[in-house]
Amino acid sequence: MSKQLTDLEHDLALLRQMLRIRRFEEKSAELYSAMKIRGFLHLYIGEEAVAVGVAEALGAEDAVVATYREHGHAMVRGMSMRAIMAEMYGKLDGCCRGRGGSMHLFGVKERLYGGNAIVGGGLPVAVGLALADKLQGNNRVTCCCFGEGAVAEGEFHESMNLAALWNLPVLFACENNLYAMGTALELSESVTNLTEKTAGYGVPSAAVDGMDVVAVEAAAKQAVATIRQSGGPYFLESRTYRFRAHSMFDPELYRSKDEVEQWKQRCPIENLKTQLQQQGWLDDAKWAALEKEVADEVADAVAFAEQSDWEPVEELTRFVYSDREG
Amino acid sequence: MTETRKTTYREALNEGLREALQQDERVFLMGEDVGHYGGCFAVSKGLLEEFGPERIRDTPLSESTFTGAGIGAALGGMRPIVEIMTVNFSLLALDQIMNNAATYLHMSGGLFNVPLVIRMATGGGKQLAAQHSHSLEGWYAHIPGIKVLCPATMEDARGMLWPALLDPDPVLIFEPAVLYPMEGTLPEKPTPVAIEGAKVLHQGKDLSLISYGSSLHKSLAAAEQLAGEGIAAEVIDLRCLRPLDDTTIIGSVSKTHRALIVDEGWRSGSLSAEISARIMEQAFYQLDAPVERVCSAEVPMPYAKHLEEAALPQVETIVATARRMLNG
Repeated sequence: MSKQLTDLEHDLALLRQMLRIRRFEEKSAELYSAMKIRGFLHLYIGEEAVAVGVAEALGAEDAVVATYREHGHAMVRGMSMRAIMAEMYGKLDGCCRGRGGSMHLFGVKERLYGGNAIVGGGLPVAVGLALADKLQGNNRVTCCCFGEGAVAEGEFHESMNLAALWNLPVLFACENNLYAMGTALELSESVTNLTEKTAGYGVPSAAVDGMDVVAVEAAAKQAVATIRQSGGPYFLESRTYRFRAHSMFDPELYRSKDEVEQWKQRCPIENLKTQLQQQGWLDDAKWAALEKEVADEVADAVAFAEQSDWEPVEELTRFVYSDREG
Repeated sequence: MTETRKTTYREALNEGLREALQQDERVFLMGEDVGHYGGCFAVSKGLLEEFGPERIRDTPLSESTFTGAGIGAALGGMRPIVEIMTVNFSLLALDQIMNNAATYLHMSGGLFNVPLVIRMATGGGKQLAAQHSHSLEGWYAHIPGIKVLCPATMEDARGMLWPALLDPDPVLIFEPAVLYPMEGTLPEKPTPVAIEGAKVLHQGKDLSLISYGSSLHKSLAAAEQLAGEGIAAEVIDLRCLRPLDDTTIIGSVSKTHRALIVDEGWRSGSLSAEISARIMEQAFYQLDAPVERVCSAEVPMPYAKHLEEAALPQVETIVATARRMLNG
């Protein structure tokens, strides 16, 4: 049965969002090589379907706690490419005035509580945000995104227990890209089926093909519906793959080129694009127009970051403590 | 003359907690055994019955996660008080305190402040050995982004919590465990206290004893003994370990020209070293003698009473050091 027009429009919007993340990050890698961006740069390329799909299940009132691989999460929460690029340039117009960089993107209107670069460190914070909502009677969900590496941290288990014990509305959105930096899942976990891990805490769980944005969206909507109904947590594992190196310093000794190539055949963008083409919804002209629109947005973000000012050094010690009282 | 009433340090803390819970609906307490047990040191006794399990929350033994949950709840609009049983246990939560609570505001370019209060017991003197007795507040005072308090008086035990909760940033309150049963008085209607600045508790002209927490009381006892020998020691209660009140310290040293720092922390790389350095930087030419320190012996705290006493600063050591500084 063919899809309805509105579904196809929606799929095109998902494709556009994934393409924005892809092209933005490809440019970021270039700018890293050109020494415009420094520090660590962790690319999400290959994993775009996860953030895009999960975000579809959340509303503006919901909160997101993410990791150091979070350019995509910031974008799907509505942060502009300009604010992210300027942040990576270390400029004043960056979302955090250039103080956080690639790994620490924060946004108030996006309700994005970082960018946490300590693996597992965001989980307790997400539990606390959900606790605040529960105590204040807010009907909101906190989505905590983390990689499968975090499952090995004590904070994962503590957070799972506490969220279940206190029945807190947290979507634990695990992005399983199979490698904790360079350590394969089977080298670090005794049980590699992650959805089994939460049973001991009484947290319902599901796994989804993280290379299929439509599937991720459906699974995330199911998960959030469960959370809103029960008030309690849910664990959703998206099985995905990082096409690029862990960071710009990674020689990728731990996985074969064949393996990477096989996963690239499952590229979430190519797959959805092909589907839409086959359904006659996306022709070459439409695709070219989409590419151009995204390329223009990326170019605009780079130009914006280039011309943004540096924060005056005199403000170095500002915001160690709050300027205001109460 | 203000009417006073008898109390204990423990009861004063309890009173501060009760008042905070009464005054602000957003305030809640969470930690290990704060509810049904009544608090490991009975500080939160009776609060569960009065305020209920939503606001007095017993937690699992998950220091890192309930501290992180405090950070999240603070970000989400609540005013949490996280109790960690002892400072040694707080090391399990150090990631959350250091990497999240202390950094969020600066790292986010001023977007997200963390109005969180963390309380914990600290210090030795109860024969609890090497995993329950250390004084690590000096470590915490090393970290920009948090404020570090150590109430040593009844007024501060009762009064420091509320302004700490009003503070927009993370505040750590260290309660010397040995002081919990200490008796004293409070005014019938106590006045608010500030959570900044040191206080001169005993005036003197011959040397400055700079101290805080349980060592403060040893310093006061030493000052009394020294007075009998004709030595007028000034005693400073630091109260707030970060930020340090340079003005009061330097003002006192400029008057007495001699400084003895009494700190239950270890000497190496310590808060006492920091205070000594500041005196050198700001009042070197005011000094008539080198700055000296009485600190804990650099050993993991032993269990046996005589060994623990030998490891901790004692009145006799303070008196002997002061005497030597005056008389050569």
